[in-house]
Amino acid sequence: MKISVASGKGGTGKTLVATSLALSLIKNNPSVQLLDCDVEEPNVHLFLDQEPINETTVSLPIPKINEDLCQHCGKCTEICRFNAITLLKDTILIFPDVCHSCSACWHFCPTGALEPSPREVGTVQISQSGKLKLITGRLNLGVHASPPVIKAVRGAIDTDTVTIIDGPPGSSCPVMAAVEETDYCILVTEPTPFGLNDLSLAVEMLKVLNVPCGVIINRDVPGNHLIDDYCQEKGLPILLRIPLDTEIARAYAKGIPLVKSSPVWTEKFIDLYQQVTQEVTK
Amino acid sequence: MLIAVSAFGKNQDSEVNPRLGRCEYFVLYDTDTDKYSSIDNTGRFSQGAAGIATASLLSNQKVQVVITGNIGPNAYTALEAAGIEVFTGAKGTAQDVIKDYQKDLLSKANAPNVGPHGR
Ligand code: SF4
Ligand code: SF4
Repeated sequence: MKISVASGKGGTGKTLVATSLALSLIKNNPSVQLLDCDVEEPNVHLFLDQEPINETTVSLPIPKINEDLCQHCGKCTEICRFNAITLLKDTILIFPDVCHSCSACWHFCPTGALEPSPREVGTVQISQSGKLKLITGRLNLGVHASPPVIKAVRGAIDTDTVTIIDGPPGSSCPVMAAVEETDYCILVTEPTPFGLNDLSLAVEMLKVLNVPCGVIINRDVPGNHLIDDYCQEKGLPILLRIPLDTEIARAYAKGIPLVKSSPVWTEKFIDLYQQVTQEVTK
Repeated sequence: MLIAVSAFGKNQDSEVNPRLGRCEYFVLYDTDTDKYSSIDNTGRFSQGAAGIATASLLSNQKVQVVITGNIGPNAYTALEAAGIEVFTGAKGTAQDVIKDYQKDLLSKANAPNVGPHGR
């Protein structure tokens, strides 16, 4: 079972849900994997004591020029849709940050002056926190290619183990890379007009990806029906409500997962998992 | 020597467009003949980093000095490699800023002054 946790925007409590769900599930499972796919700013590790196991780097191929073979024909410049390689005077200039690793330039260079060479874009760290295995993706500073790093994190999992994925915020390519082909996606939102707007964008995205989803309302206030009305209209289940509560916020700000600061939540997250399982098999 | 000004229009009275990679035209001024001309910035239509395409266009036109508002890191690297000098922060008409340049009133860019995509 692979469950992704996403939200239309940052700061809605995505990580709070992902860590608490994973920590609740280790009570009844031999092992659980928690993936931090918010590669631009991974923060799950701040909530768990952990032992590092290993770290691998993620690289993408970018062109490397052999000046001796280059005839300055400009073919590579013409073919690159991203302007990542350009011929200025008699120099070939390569812009690694702009390159999408599409391989066209070295494929079409008539003289073989270009060849692919690996550029490190990020890392995947595996660590263990009790029965919980944490896999963290981290994008190198100044690099903009999140999806390949997210894919590498997802490639590092053991497919038979329950997996919880903490995705990046938003509803663009990086989120898609984190939620696609998961069995279910939990969307965390707040009962505000902004929360609703971002939630509806995320719901549309999941429809395209064909991933079933349900909603958790975080910082819920009684009497506010904004999200409820939307979910009813769309036929989306509300899986859990986490109240607006200073105690919860305070513990979380100190890096204590919700199920550790108030263990009563463990049962609620186990129930949540059961609801999700039913939704998936229904 | 050929000077290019990123501009909203095609002649010497056109206002400077602060965005190098996405400007519509470049007003060109040839210091040897004292003549103005212009080119379309075809680089602005490119999908990827427009500043790089623009830099190569200017290089192909044998431009030696560029006057604009802002310059990002990719365009800066490309213009530097092409040996083109960049002056930023220019405001007014093309003719005005060329005069300013000739009176040495413009600041020469030694680094990009905005992030990628003009952020
Ligand atoms: S690999 Fe593709 S994107 Fe990168 S420089 Fe070559 S053609 Fe451009
Ligand atoms: S296609 Fe190859 S030979 Fe032609 S300019 Fe590019 S690197 Fe040089």
